[in-house]
Amino acid sequence: MSSCGTDSPFEEFDEASRLVSRKLAAFLRTLRDNGFAVGLAEGRDAATLMGQGFAVRPSLWRSALKHLLSARKSDWEKFDGIFDAFWLGKRVRSRSQTSGVARAANNPSFKSLQDAAANQHGSQTITNQVPSDDVAPDGRGGEGRMEGASRADNLAEVDFRDMADPEQVAMAHEAAARLAKVMRTRLTRRDLARRRGYRLDLRRTIHRNISHGGVPISLVKRQRKDKPLRLVILLDASGSMSVYTSVFLRFIHGLLDEFREAEAFLFHTRLAYVSPAMKEKDAGRALDRLSLLAQGAGGGTRIGESLKTFNRWHAARVIHSRSCVMIVSDGYETGDAVLLGREMAALSKRCRRVVWLNPMAGWEGYSPEAKGIKAALPHVDLYAAANTLRSLSALEPYLARL
Amino acid sequence: MKNREEIAERLAVCGYIADSELATAISLMQLLKRPLLLEGEAGVGKTEVAKALACVHATELIRLQCYEGLDQSSALYEWNYQRQLLSIQAHRSEDADAVEDRIFSEKYLLERPLLAAIRRDRPPVLLIDEIDRADDEFEAFLLELLSDFQVSIPELGTITAMTIPHVVLTSNGTRELSDALRRRCLYHYVDYPDIDREARIIMARIDGASASLSMQIAQMVQSIRKEELRKVPGVAETLDWAAALVGLDVRDLHDAPELVHETMTCLLKTQEDKVRLTREVSERLLGKVA
Repeated sequence: MSSCGTDSPFEEFDEASRLVSRKLAAFLRTLRDNGFAVGLAEGRDAATLMGQGFAVRPSLWRSALKHLLSARKSDWEKFDGIFDAFWLGKRVRSRSQTSGVARAANNPSFKSLQDAAANQHGSQTITNQVPSDDVAPDGRGGEGRMEGASRADNLAEVDFRDMADPEQVAMAHEAAARLAKVMRTRLTRRDLARRRGYRLDLRRTIHRNISHGGVPISLVKRQRKDKPLRLVILLDASGSMSVYTSVFLRFIHGLLDEFREAEAFLFHTRLAYVSPAMKEKDAGRALDRLSLLAQGAGGGTRIGESLKTFNRWHAARVIHSRSCVMIVSDGYETGDAVLLGREMAALSKRCRRVVWLNPMAGWEGYSPEAKGIKAALPHVDLYAAANTLRSLSALEPYLARL
Repeated sequence: MKNREEIAERLAVCGYIADSELATAISLMQLLKRPLLLEGEAGVGKTEVAKALACVHATELIRLQCYEGLDQSSALYEWNYQRQLLSIQAHRSEDADAVEDRIFSEKYLLERPLLAAIRRDRPPVLLIDEIDRADDEFEAFLLELLSDFQVSIPELGTITAMTIPHVVLTSNGTRELSDALRRRCLYHYVDYPDIDREARIIMARIDGASASLSMQIAQMVQSIRKEELRKVPGVAETLDWAAALVGLDVRDLHDAPELVHETMTCLLKTQEDKVRLTREVSERLLGKVA
């Protein structure tokens, strides 16, 4: 992923173009730092475009590069902001990273080349759409605050909130990840063993029976491809759940694997799609990336609103006919409980099963009295406690039946 | 390079009112020979882009509709089994090699869209519609085809493209596409048109829609889209509605609030939405229309 490949095709350009090409290489690197998948082929094509005179006007240049270099909607929306910041020197109020070379934006030799651009600069009213979440990373790496006494007996039975010393917490994390892995493979295997139906594969049948003079003696059958079970996990990361968040994150990370259909979302006051961050192979790094998202704004939990966002923007993509939605939350809704009820109804219509895991349901003497959980319960297929490793593993037979 | 204004103009002649960004995308397609991936909500006119593109190039449109379980035999090629069987029966006495040579020849080959697209004299527009509905495996196969533009048929050998088709892919986002496919393509996000453009689309498509009525309809639809609906009306729905209103001889939306409300069935496609958009709501929205 080096940018040297993008430097080479520019030999024939004059001095000014060479400056621009170097700048282009730096721009590609900036995009890569911002999560764009830009390869050498794209760099070469961008250079071709420059040669074709697309770079004479900033608006044309931006539009051309936008089509070439962005690959998904989020890129598409982010692009204008990054482009303006880089090529036109507009300030970006965001977390978009600029790599070392990119700071050459202010280098005078390029400034002179940019004069033409600057003249038109005023007429542009492209708004910067890069979200600005300047959350300072802290060293805790997503660990919740643990309280209570330390009990070193059977880990499986210990409530996550009662785990105090870091070693025990780490062990619980390991166990959660292991559990998730085992569940994943077992679920998939059960899936396969249960398949029966078939239909005839005419093409292969004929091919195989050429030697019989075309009389179909040995038949080739085709199995219907089965959709693997897909888990969609919505994890409450608000303050009231903070003791549990880290263990569940670890559990989810175990479930999400490249070959496994699972999607994960976090919510507190808003919803965040975290599958890409979760796919990070190294659990520690994944959790680091997530700890930023996981820290709730402290403004309570808007489950209803988060679900609404989910239903509106994500449901069509992530839910199919064999999906199970797993909501992990204590059900303390600080927003509108009626809205929560409505969105839960919409959600349950859409997917096969809704599982609600409430860590607090495992506490002695707890009953679902919070208005949020009361509104949601009628639309939930399984309501279960999930405050110990044992209760997590108890879920497996249920998921296998889907 | 064909300039963008020219492309936009020719698209307009074909009845597609494009924004300038799309015209850029199309000129890039020609220049870089890359496929164009269109994403956007249902009903914003993604498929129409391909049709218009075929019209611009005055060439054939070959369409491959993707669905779950789509496989090579329905996308690429298939042997004509019935004919093959007949031929085997009819030439029983011949030796096996000769029969095999005969039945696996061009004559018994059925072209499916992907093969058809690379065997035309004049580059056609190949529309691969709703690629997100196909399986991952098909996507991987498609990726290979789109980079090499050649197909190998085990019984016949490799068929290389005579011309490189203009490829347009559309996706509704029911499944996340692979990064490899995304990188291979130019990307364009098709959004709902703004009021002006939607009004121009109505005028271009519906005979008898006056400028003022088109503007009113566009404004009305725009404000309906801001309501909380389960299924937001797309451009196709707008056109249906405009056609209905023109057919009912409505000249000005304010003259016929009753008709406006009743014909909204063209826009609202679920019971829930119909209930939500009551007469009061439609009158309130109509009040905002100039």
